[in-house]
Amino acid sequence: MDLSLLSALNAERAARHAAVLVTHLGSNAQRLVKAADTARDPLARELDAALAAGKSGVVGEGADRVFLTVHVPPARMVVVGAVHISQALAPMARGAGFDVTIIDPRTAFATPERFPQTTVIAQWPDTALPALGLDPFTALVALTHDPKIDEPALEAALAAGCFYVGALGSRRTHAKRIERLAARGLSPALLERIHAPIGLDIGAANPPEIAVAILAQVIGALRKPAPAREAAA
Amino acid sequence: MLAREDDVLEAAARWRAEGKGVALATVLETWGSAPRPVGSHLVIDDAGRFLGSVSGGCVEGAVVTEALDVIGSGTPRTLEFGVADETAWRVGLSCGGAIRVYVERID
Repeated sequence: MDLSLLSALNAERAARHAAVLVTHLGSNAQRLVKAADTARDPLARELDAALAAGKSGVVGEGADRVFLTVHVPPARMVVVGAVHISQALAPMARGAGFDVTIIDPRTAFATPERFPQTTVIAQWPDTALPALGLDPFTALVALTHDPKIDEPALEAALAAGCFYVGALGSRRTHAKRIERLAARGLSPALLERIHAPIGLDIGAANPPEIAVAILAQVIGALRKPAPAREAAA
Repeated sequence: MLAREDDVLEAAARWRAEGKGVALATVLETWGSAPRPVGSHLVIDDAGRFLGSVSGGCVEGAVVTEALDVIGSGTPRTLEFGVADETAWRVGLSCGGAIRVYVERID
């Protein structure tokens, strides 16, 4: 592989852009295809499938065998609310391989002492989220219970196509939240993407257990394609 | 935190930019209970220093040896390790899996 190709790949990865390195196993010829450019590639269908699954692999037969090295950004979790559940969730999510960022404008909550080894941003989501750059490889978890803080973040996450969007609150709380967001022009199909009440239903009874329920649901959204999830539900 | 694949490819580019001979090994295919998924990387320099993993430690030694040849010749090669292969047992892929690894030089 040419160093220039490797450097181009590393630049895509640093920018959290998905890309595929295509290696022809017969000739050893290689090319880099950015996720945004797959339509123009002869292997468009295979590339799109590999990117959607996030899995590398060999495609084609005989002399046409190529290896697709799929690079998708490491999954990130943005937690809105520096609350008790977040204190349990942050280390668990980090252990599962997520880059975790906590956002809460309430400076009494958003302190490094409460969240060792975690990036904590004491700002409103409106200010903090544009700089973070939400994307389809990010999960957004809204836990403050405060519509002023949670809802702008939910709106941004849905707009960015985050692979998981979840919000704490009872069915009643969520119904009111849906009403408010719909009044702001969000479509029913988009609002259905919000997981609420948040987390798998395992009867979680305290913050660490709720954190487990949330993390399991986020991992499910990351690892299982949507149809498989619906079939399992 | 666990080392990420990111670090491996960044190291490959950095080592090459520093003028070292560098090879990159990538898991092409796996069968059975292979410990590392397809697409996993191991980067090797001309002094035999390496970073990353293609088998969780089972065949890295053999891959490093082959990689030194590839750094010398510049010709990529595909290595196979598996249960049916006496070499694989000897080098330690005793987990019952089989893997194919692509080794290429960074030019």
